[in-house]
Amino acid sequence: MSDPTADAVARAFRDERAAVLATLIRHVGDFQLAEDAVQDAYAAALTTWPRDGVPANPGAWLTVAARRRAIDRLRRDRSVADRAERLAELVRLDQQEHPVVTPESAIVDDRLRLIFTCCHPALDMAARVALTLRALGGLTTGEIARAFLVAEPTMGKRIVRAKRKIADARIPYEVPRDEELPDRVRGVLRVVYLIFNEGYSATEGDRLVREELCNEAIRLGLLLRELMPDHGEVWGLLALMLLHDSRRAARVDKRGRYLAIEEQDRSLWDETRIREGLRALERSVRLRQPGQYQLQAAITALQIEPSPDWPQIADLYGALAKLTPTAVVELNRAVAVGFADGPQAGLALLTPLLDDPALARYQPLHAAHAELLGRAGDRDGAARAYEKAIELSGNAVERAELERRLQAL
Amino acid sequence: MAQYMLLLYANEVEGEELAEREADLPIWTELTKSLEEAGLLVASGRLHRTTSATTVSAMSGETELTDGPFAITKEALAGYYLIEADNLDEALNVARRVPLIRYGHVEVRPLMDLDLE
Repeated sequence: MSDPTADAVARAFRDERAAVLATLIRHVGDFQLAEDAVQDAYAAALTTWPRDGVPANPGAWLTVAARRRAIDRLRRDRSVADRAERLAELVRLDQQEHPVVTPESAIVDDRLRLIFTCCHPALDMAARVALTLRALGGLTTGEIARAFLVAEPTMGKRIVRAKRKIADARIPYEVPRDEELPDRVRGVLRVVYLIFNEGYSATEGDRLVREELCNEAIRLGLLLRELMPDHGEVWGLLALMLLHDSRRAARVDKRGRYLAIEEQDRSLWDETRIREGLRALERSVRLRQPGQYQLQAAITALQIEPSPDWPQIADLYGALAKLTPTAVVELNRAVAVGFADGPQAGLALLTPLLDDPALARYQPLHAAHAELLGRAGDRDGAARAYEKAIELSGNAVERAELERRLQAL
Repeated sequence: MAQYMLLLYANEVEGEELAEREADLPIWTELTKSLEEAGLLVASGRLHRTTSATTVSAMSGETELTDGPFAITKEALAGYYLIEADNLDEALNVARRVPLIRYGHVEVRPLMDLDLE
């Protein structure tokens, strides 16, 4: 069933597409045209490679093929503005003596340009995610649509609209200036983390497609690490994703119920991923640029220890709460303090959250409240909190678990 | 003489309907030229469709970008800048400096490259 040439094309598609596309966009100055031409080049590879053999340097072959297809398309399409200029530049590139050798640094820059363009803050978040997966990941529009549970034409329109905005509004194809860079890097990391979370946390949809999203996010994380190795949070996010992903197989039991770390079967954890994650975390810490991903990765690293160091976890949540003061972080901090310093100390932090209207219908808050009250010996209070949590739970398996805990009081 | 701003509104169409409207091009060109010749035209332009818009606001204290046009109707159009910029980032940097964003919105829309010849 495995056809070596088809495999080579598929591999080239996965490994080379982003780099080929990124450079061609710079040359033709048009996202859509470049993408169409790269598509043409892959179609050409599918017919040519079985006949002539797989080229020694598939990336270089695809670069040349895509450029020639772009020239053909530009010659046919008379509506493109400054068409003559672009054509002349492409033809000049094509006639260079060693046209295939793009310097490594230029390739790095082109891929960075592509990332920053796809994650530009003037694009809608859903469009950033879709465009990043389409341009830098190896996913088709159909696969992205299935992963995000929308119809394929809807996703297609979203991507077309984003590309049109890039062209019409002239979203620049460049690496942001130094003073804008930290903010823009954060924006890129947010897109990648969102892709990972969509694959990791969502409970609906095709499991395989969702795993593909986690893999794509990690691949993007590895690419960012290669392109921006001096950014602490790039390593921090990679560490966080690897440490979460290492437990993918152990997260759900046979009935589909999500398991807390301490309930998971550790033999199902991926030790290699954990080691990779810990190494990335170490690199991140050594760069001395603490950030939310590094802190979350450090917390996860402590939580997967056989006997977690709760006081340190509580401290890290405290630091995280300073950086990202969200109610969910506060809740996690209260739970950690409850383990570190006892249930009363946890309750002291959790009780004020009960007045937050945004959290009134947040089931985990009430479940954690019940847990702490139970451990503090307040059975009636714990029962009331469990009942509240059960009422808010939208998931039958989760509800059954909460009912079991209520009965056990 | 006073200056007046004429604001042009229309629903956005595509395909055949758009082609029908484009057939008016000679009328547009004639209007623009005659205003120019009479010395009455300050500036005019055609905007790209609203999907190309980015809205800038800092009402929450931090500057926020939104993909798309400004949509709340109780705020009224209060003024305009027509600027030159190399790309959207530069245009957005100008928008960030407009004091109105602390209590209102600035919609940044690219103009089309018009070739009236």
